[in-house]
Amino acid sequence: MTDITNLPPDTGPSLDLRNKDIAVAGQWRLFWLKFKKHKIALVSLVVIIFMYLVAAFADFIAPLDPNATNARFTYAPPQMLSLFHDGSFQPNVKQLKMTLNTESMRREFQPDPAKPIPVGFFVKAAQPYDLLGFIPMQTKLFGLTNPQIGDSLYIFGADRLGRDIFSRVVHGAKISLSIGLVGVFMSLILGVTIGGISGFFGGWLDLGIQRGIELLRSIPTIPLWMGLAAAIPVGWPPLRTYFIITLIVSLIGWTSLAREVRGKFLSLRSEDFVIAARLDGMSEIGIIFNHLVPSFMSHIIATLTLAIPSMILAETALSFLGIGLQPPIISWGVLLQEAQNIRAVAQAPWLLFTPAAAIVISVLSLNFLGDGLRDAADPYESVS
Amino acid sequence: MSNNDTILKVENLKTYFPTRIGIFKAVDGVSFELKRGKTLCVVGESGSGKSVTARSILQIVDRPGRIEDGLIELTRADGSVTDLAKLDPRGKDIRSVRGKEIAMIFQEPMSSLSPVHRIGTQIGEALRIHFGIRGQAQRARVLELLKQVEIPRPETAIDRYTFEFSGGMRQRVMIAMALACNPQVLIADEPTTALDVTTQAEILDLIKRLQQSHGMSVLFITHDMGVVAEIADEVIVMYRGKVMERGPVEQIFHAPQDDYTRRLIGSVVKLEKKAEVRLTRPEIPAEAAPLLDVKNLSLTFASGLKAVDDVSLIVRPGETLGIVGESGSGKTTMGRCLLRIYDPQAGAIAYRRPDGSTVDLRTADKGTLKEVRREVRMIFQDPVGSLSPRKTVGQIIAEPLKLAGVSGSELEHRVAELMRQVGLDPAWRERYPHAFSGGQRQRIGIARAIAVKPRLIIADEATSALDVSLRSQMLDLMMSLQDQLGLSYVFISHDMSVIRYMCDRVAVMYSGKIVETGETDQVVNNPQHDYTRALLSAIPHPDPRDRRIHKRFRYDPTLKPSGTVSANG
Repeated sequence: MTDITNLPPDTGPSLDLRNKDIAVAGQWRLFWLKFKKHKIALVSLVVIIFMYLVAAFADFIAPLDPNATNARFTYAPPQMLSLFHDGSFQPNVKQLKMTLNTESMRREFQPDPAKPIPVGFFVKAAQPYDLLGFIPMQTKLFGLTNPQIGDSLYIFGADRLGRDIFSRVVHGAKISLSIGLVGVFMSLILGVTIGGISGFFGGWLDLGIQRGIELLRSIPTIPLWMGLAAAIPVGWPPLRTYFIITLIVSLIGWTSLAREVRGKFLSLRSEDFVIAARLDGMSEIGIIFNHLVPSFMSHIIATLTLAIPSMILAETALSFLGIGLQPPIISWGVLLQEAQNIRAVAQAPWLLFTPAAAIVISVLSLNFLGDGLRDAADPYESVS
Repeated sequence: MSNNDTILKVENLKTYFPTRIGIFKAVDGVSFELKRGKTLCVVGESGSGKSVTARSILQIVDRPGRIEDGLIELTRADGSVTDLAKLDPRGKDIRSVRGKEIAMIFQEPMSSLSPVHRIGTQIGEALRIHFGIRGQAQRARVLELLKQVEIPRPETAIDRYTFEFSGGMRQRVMIAMALACNPQVLIADEPTTALDVTTQAEILDLIKRLQQSHGMSVLFITHDMGVVAEIADEVIVMYRGKVMERGPVEQIFHAPQDDYTRRLIGSVVKLEKKAEVRLTRPEIPAEAAPLLDVKNLSLTFASGLKAVDDVSLIVRPGETLGIVGESGSGKTTMGRCLLRIYDPQAGAIAYRRPDGSTVDLRTADKGTLKEVRREVRMIFQDPVGSLSPRKTVGQIIAEPLKLAGVSGSELEHRVAELMRQVGLDPAWRERYPHAFSGGQRQRIGIARAIAVKPRLIIADEATSALDVSLRSQMLDLMMSLQDQLGLSYVFISHDMSVIRYMCDRVAVMYSGKIVETGETDQVVNNPQHDYTRALLSAIPHPDPRDRRIHKRFRYDPTLKPSGTVSANG
């Protein structure tokens, strides 16, 4: 133990390793410490968590039924939520007064400052619903406290059929965000299995798998998706279509993951500590689960996070083209599809901007989050 | 202020690296003077700040490090004095100093040369930048430089690429580049550390000769006290960013004033002779049945390289067999063949089991191999890569025990005992390897090796990643474990001093073959094979009164028929 006095003095960042906490910090703790330094990723993580919470509690958060139409409010503009009325705290929106512009033959809506409609939190919903699919509830996060005929609450405007865009975007998050997760989960299974086989067995199997991956990656994605999506029978129930679509979008996603896993397998197999484990008499399966998998787990998580946005975008693209999900299913892609014509964009830009903003924010946040995770994926780089 | 002799004067130099938890003082108040035509060695262990000192002079410290304070006064060719510390690191003034007045050569000849340019172009660049020499004049000058650094056939070498040269030749190219502008000062940052000992001797010789012919001053950074003794006029000893002692080389080696210097010299001198515990040990009877009897072992890689070529050796119970050789000699591959990490194609590895039966490990089946691998263990060279960073020390040491069927409180107890045995506090078992220093990590590796009570340990360069002061401690630990547990070692090393310190017998490997084998004393004092003689005579001797590498014996394999020649030189 005399060599403690002769410790090679540490350079730079590893100085703080004498810190007792870090001495006993495992891989995930070091991962977190390194991730924390990436401020944008940290903010993105909060945004992502928030968005998934919104998606999970969509029924509670959306004030209106996303499929409820109202002919009276076709293309109604966003209504401003004001917090005060007559000098006292009283959240309200102003009633919309509709006039018909005879020149352009368009309905025009004017908020009427004299007619506030009170808005409250935790109001009773028009219809009971099941939160998360199994908790019966009839309370909404916010809504009109006392809805009358002619009252409306469209904070992000209404569409062609007078449906509430806000409620539709919130409900769309359910499908759009989960399709990324489900797709990535499928990629994970396919990628880790096939990549693991490829890296572990090597030889002609590896060769075959790698060439297969190259072939898959060389197919242009949009025509491939279109071809596959066109093969889905029209009469299928929406849920089944949803799963087929996730399968289609994850068809390409697994290839990059398989390569990552294979590369990690190959580089780790010749590491001294893996050889040491083999000499200890550990079986190959034991080595894989005791040494290899923990070593590339963090890399896989980072790669998966970076794969989610491409899944979301793929779904959006497919639905936008009209070959993905179809109404009555609500997804951000479906919402964008409804904003496809120039008249809608000119007359009601909120049709386009609300779902687009949701997509951009979630994709950007996921990308930043993935970058942060990737940078932190090997917390030992700077340490050793 | 400074007299005429001083060409570079550094005073109270402070280079700091700001970190998240404070300021790391890499160089903390270093002062020295470099005299015209002399060699000043900066010596210290890893992390002592010696390299940062050298880099500070040319203002090429890596970010976020920067010079906080101090003077770096360079007496220029025209007699004026410039303080380099005050110059802008990216300014024109410092660039006119770099390469032209102060040239630098680095440790890694591989990464300090560009792989995409021809040698001639790279050397010519400095000529073009500083003197505007182009075309035929430039080529002529580059040829002359290549001749000066003794690169064979300079006319063809000038148009070659870096990858076509061996490590030693690349270092010569680096030196040619450094010499291009006739600098007054040459800073050499561990220029021979990545090289084999025979190549190192050639390069040291070359630097010495060039220094004399050009009248250069050399600032030589090294961790190797032997090199210091061979080349230095003056020495500064650094430790944790501070100068512990400075003085003429004679004084440092023979009358060190400082405690740290004394300890450093002590640990170097200690490795100059056989370990004391081994002098008194009874001899191992030569007729004892060998534990391991390797016959005609051969391994040829798919590339056609004969890594192990007809190797035969024996290991007797309780003895330490040293395998010494330079890089590329096949010693590591040979060691790995013994444990069947690689599968040798021909020969036999007869291993005697505790019950007296022998098995041939080369052809042994999986089950036997698994059992034998509990009896024959391995210690790895790299203390970082050989421990999984994701497991605690306790888990790492427990792994072989668990696989051998030990569990519960017995496991806990054994792990604690093993940690004590190798000199680690059992309370540290919850810590991860990143919390330990190189020496401590190597102890963890040793604990893992001895966990299942082995009989033979193959130690592959177990001490070469460690600083010299830790090296003898590690060897002492291994020898005391040998006596306690009745172990035998196959000790693979490129370092003759380590072999001499602890090995009973030694086998010298050269390009896959064993060229000489015998009792360590006999091989060291009376080498029979020319290669052994060359190897021994190239080792720098840590005594400035006995400089001898310039009198070394050179081995030329072309004079004798030999197998594949390693690419060093």
